[in-house]
Amino acid sequence: MSLFEGFKFKSIQSPIHELDPRVKLAISFSIFLISMMYIEIQISILLLIIQLPIAYTAKILKEWIKSLSSSLFLAAFVFFMNIGVSFFSSGYMLTIFDIYNALALSIRLITLFTAFSIFLLTTTPDELGLVMTSFHIPYDFTFAFIMAVRFVPVLVGELQTILDAQKSRGLEIEKGNLIKRIKNLIPVFIPLLVNVFRRSIELAEALEVKAFGASKKRTNFKELKMDLIDYILLIIIIIISIIAIYARFI
Amino acid sequence: MKNFQVFLGGILLIEVNNIEYIYPSGIKALDGINLKINNGEYVALMGENGAGKTTLIKHFNGLLKPTKGDVYINGINTKNESIAKLSRIVGIVFQNPDHQFFEENIEKEISFALRNFGFKEDIINKRIEWALNFMNLEKYRNQPPFLLSGGEKKRLALAIILSWNPEIIVLDEPTIGQDYIQKEKLMQLIIQLNTQGKTVIIATHDIEFVAESKPRVILLSKGKIIDDGPIEEVLTDIEKIKKCSLILPQVTQLMYNLSDLDFPRKIVSVEDAVKLILNKLEEK
Repeated sequence: MSLFEGFKFKSIQSPIHELDPRVKLAISFSIFLISMMYIEIQISILLLIIQLPIAYTAKILKEWIKSLSSSLFLAAFVFFMNIGVSFFSSGYMLTIFDIYNALALSIRLITLFTAFSIFLLTTTPDELGLVMTSFHIPYDFTFAFIMAVRFVPVLVGELQTILDAQKSRGLEIEKGNLIKRIKNLIPVFIPLLVNVFRRSIELAEALEVKAFGASKKRTNFKELKMDLIDYILLIIIIIISIIAIYARFI
Repeated sequence: MKNFQVFLGGILLIEVNNIEYIYPSGIKALDGINLKINNGEYVALMGENGAGKTTLIKHFNGLLKPTKGDVYINGINTKNESIAKLSRIVGIVFQNPDHQFFEENIEKEISFALRNFGFKEDIINKRIEWALNFMNLEKYRNQPPFLLSGGEKKRLALAIILSWNPEIIVLDEPTIGQDYIQKEKLMQLIIQLNTQGKTVIIATHDIEFVAESKPRVILLSKGKIIDDGPIEEVLTDIEKIKKCSLILPQVTQLMYNLSDLDFPRKIVSVEDAVKLILNKLEEK
């Protein structure tokens, strides 16, 4: 559950929170792009270190570290998978290069994870919707996406309540062999599923009441506006990305 | 059952020793709670939204372990015992019954907990019969729990807890969404369980319900106990009641307004008020 903590929007005031969400997306995306082009560990680590001052300015250092530590498990998985694959495919041999490669891939994963966690931690679901609208994505899809993001913490909370209720009825989730443990999940997931269905019906009714989709052209209460600082940052990001692409391919 | 303590004649069942609880998000929900509840007591926990009532209740069967301090149930420290073992002694009925039903019919729903606690098959059947009968749910025995009405779901949730006969029964907001008749029945049930020697604890905002059923009242506000004692003392203290976002019981409000005529203020029940008013009328 701590996995979600690193991606849940945190409502605080900081210079980063005030940036245009498209610029923030550009930052995360350029980190994604550069780390995909370069396999070198130094570059991945540099990209990771660059995020530190950004997270610090956004006052989300604690959450950023949380998303980093929750990605470690996945990174370890990637590392051992790669080692395993190269070990067995090369006839039970491991070279330094194989280990370097596996390490680079797992560090790259951490970089990607944390880069997008900065974006999601500093962008409200509403702003996320505005970004998608500004890319001309139909509002129906945008809305479904926002709702999905918005309901993750609600579901996590509900899961905890259900777990509490079933534990109070003597359910011991972590007891028994593998089959028993899988069976133990039934009393947890059925109530969760039932509640999700019930909630979706309520949501649909609420949308109906508020005349969702009545007009083809929507207006927004909040419009996205690029300030001077946004333009400056965007230009810097584009220049860095172009240099990175140039250095890699040409 | 060996190391129970004797306290004021009754057997000490719940002992909360200066506990503090801080949620992972950093919110301090409980702050220096000290509490002793004896065998056979009927206690109402009252307080505003977010006062810490539910957080405190969750400490009674070990769902939450205190950040600081200790909770003892029947002499057992909750830190050293599993939730399942503690739940055998402390049955908690949560606010929303929809958060637990999953079986295809009500009989199976009741038997789930009994099986978890390792009861024998013939005893399980007897207990199901008893619980269905006691909560007046026999006619629904083969129905899925999802199709019951709101009030029936609440009754089923209570039947589930009563089926394994725990010594302490805790009800979180039992009166929400219940009509007057159901509330009246619930009150009778609580009194019945209490006279049978069960310890009953309810957490509620429903001051009229509390005023009528006359428990010991514990007032919680912002994670602290601000008052604890007999109902006539606690629920008639207007300052403390206000602190908990509650208002005085209607009977007490009446007596406050009549206090110019030398009526006492510390009255919560209709019968007492009627007696006093009739006496006054006869004097004149």
